[in-house]
Amino acid sequence: MARDYEEKLKRLLAEAESMLPKSIFNELVEELGKASDLTPEEKYRVVEEVIRGYISSMAQPGEPVGTVAAQSIGEPGTQMTLRTFHFAGLMEFDVTLGLPRLIEIVDAKREPSTPLMEVYLDEAHRYDEKKAKEVARRLEYTTVEKVMSSLEYSLGDRVFRLRLDPEMLEDKAVTPEKVISVIEESGIGSVSQDPEDPLVLKIEVSEKTIPEESLFDYKIYKDLESKIKKLYIKGVKNINRASIRVLEESVVEDKKVREYMIVTEGSNLAEVLKVEGVDRTRTTTNNIFEIAEVLGIEAARTAIIEEISKVLKESGLDVDIRHSMLVADIMTWNGVVRQIGRLGVSGEKPSVLARAAFEVTVKQFYEAAIRGEEESLRGVTEAIIAGIPPKVGTGLVVMTISPIHRRVEG
Amino acid sequence: MSGKAPEKWILEHRLVPEHRVLSLEEAIQVLRRLGVKPWQLPQISINDPVVRLLNAKPGDIIEIRRKSPTGGVAIAYRLVVAFERRS
Repeated sequence: MARDYEEKLKRLLAEAESMLPKSIFNELVEELGKASDLTPEEKYRVVEEVIRGYISSMAQPGEPVGTVAAQSIGEPGTQMTLRTFHFAGLMEFDVTLGLPRLIEIVDAKREPSTPLMEVYLDEAHRYDEKKAKEVARRLEYTTVEKVMSSLEYSLGDRVFRLRLDPEMLEDKAVTPEKVISVIEESGIGSVSQDPEDPLVLKIEVSEKTIPEESLFDYKIYKDLESKIKKLYIKGVKNINRASIRVLEESVVEDKKVREYMIVTEGSNLAEVLKVEGVDRTRTTTNNIFEIAEVLGIEAARTAIIEEISKVLKESGLDVDIRHSMLVADIMTWNGVVRQIGRLGVSGEKPSVLARAAFEVTVKQFYEAAIRGEEESLRGVTEAIIAGIPPKVGTGLVVMTISPIHRRVEG
Repeated sequence: MSGKAPEKWILEHRLVPEHRVLSLEEAIQVLRRLGVKPWQLPQISINDPVVRLLNAKPGDIIEIRRKSPTGGVAIAYRLVVAFERRS
């Protein structure tokens, strides 16, 4: 009898493996292994019960999961903060949180209003503040303007006097020599250091750039000034600031080990991943479009789920992650990131009434009339407008009595 | 879309799940099991960086093993479609 059930248990477990989600199955097997006081028959009943429980908690056929997801996110959304908050940290970043951020995600805005990157560091740079700082300096977009304190010129002598800021040079790890070579390579003119003060650079502009007749042309000087200021020294474009955070503190062999990471203001995933010292497997951005472009649509899906859950969690709302997953699935359905809205998911519905019910009703009707669209009243929205039972839940099935009685022979 | 091929290391990124191109036999089996036509599957662009690395063609079906927070591992399928990204 016992052996009988052992055999049956094995078969049932094989069946369960193909049916249950991996995490549930693994937990089940683990718990069964621990429960040594159960007989094979009891174990068999437990597995049976787990399978029954799983099936009964699945979404029913015809369940309007989209509507449920919309309500489950929408209702707590009404309690969310409407304001943009300052993020209290070592260096203060502006971070969009709460409802504005949630709207940004589902509207699939090409640029978040506060782009932000979480840059993790590789093994060699992770545990040393100095090395982390090095990477941060490589990331920060640095132009001449960032390291100077003043740029003076007077009309008529073709000379610009650039005064460098020693503190900023130190902070960005830029030498005056580097600045000189950057300016000279740009072809603006020859640069010489002031013999009395090495921080003052004299830029002599060639006659070609400022010809004799326009020696007193103010506009040319003004253009040159902004050109010099914008000269690129180093860093990654769009990364305006990079600051170091302590990610984790742990004690290994009586020594305090700190793991550092970098948070940047501004985002440029494609370029940052190429920077030396950056961990390419963990670094992320809050710009979903960049993720889709660099890492693909599946990564974008995961990112949408994570961003939505993060916003909801930070606002202290308990919304099941399955709703966020459904939103992300729909947004990435056809291989590009679409917004949930008139220009995306809702605007691509085949039904005129469904589109008109969402936004810009009159325009939708005009355009539908021009194209001569038909309305088949098959969706939920259309059915409710037309006052017929929507094809949802029990409305999905139709039962009729067949008047033809088929005789079964034999 | 730039002609430059995506770098191999993007596959190791935390956000990128495992992608695999199904063979014709497997694809038919999957479609039969799910009871759907290929065009009813979610889609993935031929220009998607991961698809370009896999050298998949339009019409191929890609199996994606997602790490799911609820189910451990979830398997999803996407149909490779040829269209330009609206960017």
